[in-house]
Amino acid sequence: MLDTVRFVISLIMTLGGLFALLSGIVGVFRFKYALTRIHAAALFDTVGILLMVGGVIVGQGFTIASLKMLLVIAILWMSSPVSSHLIGRLEVTINDALDKNMTVADQTMVDHEKEGD
Amino acid sequence: MAHIRNDYENSWWPRLKRWLQGGSTKLDEAMTKEYDESREGHLVGTIEEAQAREDAREEKVRRQLAEEQTMYTQAHQWAATHGQKTARVLYGLFAVIICVSIIALLLSTATHLPPFGNADNPVNNEVSQRYIEKGQEETGIVNIVAGMILDYRAFDTLGESNVLFIAACSVLILLRISRDPNGGVSAEQLAVEANDRMYEPKNDIILQHIAKVLVPIILMFGMYVIMNGHISPGGGFSGGAIMGAGLILYLNAFGFKQTERFFTFKTFQIVSLCALSFYALSKAYSFFTGANHLESIITTGTPGALFSAGLIPYLNLAVGLVVCCTMYAFYTLFRKGDM
Repeated sequence: MLDTVRFVISLIMTLGGLFALLSGIVGVFRFKYALTRIHAAALFDTVGILLMVGGVIVGQGFTIASLKMLLVIAILWMSSPVSSHLIGRLEVTINDALDKNMTVADQTMVDHEKEGD
Repeated sequence: MAHIRNDYENSWWPRLKRWLQGGSTKLDEAMTKEYDESREGHLVGTIEEAQAREDAREEKVRRQLAEEQTMYTQAHQWAATHGQKTARVLYGLFAVIICVSIIALLLSTATHLPPFGNADNPVNNEVSQRYIEKGQEETGIVNIVAGMILDYRAFDTLGESNVLFIAACSVLILLRISRDPNGGVSAEQLAVEANDRMYEPKNDIILQHIAKVLVPIILMFGMYVIMNGHISPGGGFSGGAIMGAGLILYLNAFGFKQTERFFTFKTFQIVSLCALSFYALSKAYSFFTGANHLESIITTGTPGALFSAGLIPYLNLAVGLVVCCTMYAFYTLFRKGDM
């Protein structure tokens, strides 16, 4: 009984993660502009990794290997959003026609980016 | 017998040379011929006749030029309209044909492969059997792959490490900023190089905080992979790549000023040279004593212990250092032109 429940939970989590990753991929190919693509890739990556690895942990039961998987989640959560953030910052810095592709709320922020530190 | 031709001007080489220099187009030839034919008549006759001849010739040349012009225009028009479409269709057609034929070739090859894991496969010959049966006893490793690449075939691995080192040297020759005879770099060159990196995000606070957490973990994990190369999967190449990635992350977060405190061109030179010569010398000793059945002071130790398997952990370390330095050197050379 408990095994069945665990299996169902892990199945739902894994399928949910798969769906999230798939929507991320669709977003990356459908969106036209770099920043929107980053939005799709980064968000769904984060959720997808959590759900997929979490599903595996639930399905296998909590062992010492689960700790390693949690470490994988932690490292991916630290690295993936930061890399997306850096790509976005570079795009804002080098794109001269930023307001063609998006609404720029505060131009002074963009100018500050372009000046560099 | 060699046949001497006196007709040098019309042999293929002068013709090719004339053609390359754009000497004689068809129009030129026609005009020359026309001129030659009318030379006799050119000398006699009245001014009106000569004038008429001149006019006729001019008219003919103009007509020929116009024909040529229309041909050019037609060709250009075709290239601009139908040509593009044809090229696109041909490109797609060839892409599909090449893809399909490669897929068919690979699939037909895959069907002829022996089944996976079969005991009668050609891979399972006496060589791999010996590695599996005697490997642990002879080299003291648990990870048979490490025993193969660093003991039985260590010469090959030395070559691979040298390939990395030579690749780094070539990139160095190509990309390093040129120097004065006394080793200095002019301010203009540095300014030009810095201009390339003007738009890169610098001193990003998020990256710096993440790097503070991640870089020690990455470096430690790389060291773990290197030092456990003889016990668990891993080894010098993979661990060195991990350590190099950690160094690159640190460089991206904190900039060149910080990394130059501990990693300069001199560090690269010393570490690479020491690692490679240590590898070559220790392996030469090992080959000499092993191949001549001499008593060696290097024992295999207990399989599974950290300090076991004779030279393999140290050779792994040497390979790892070379790989790490090479990766970092590639990155800095491509980005800055110096280390």
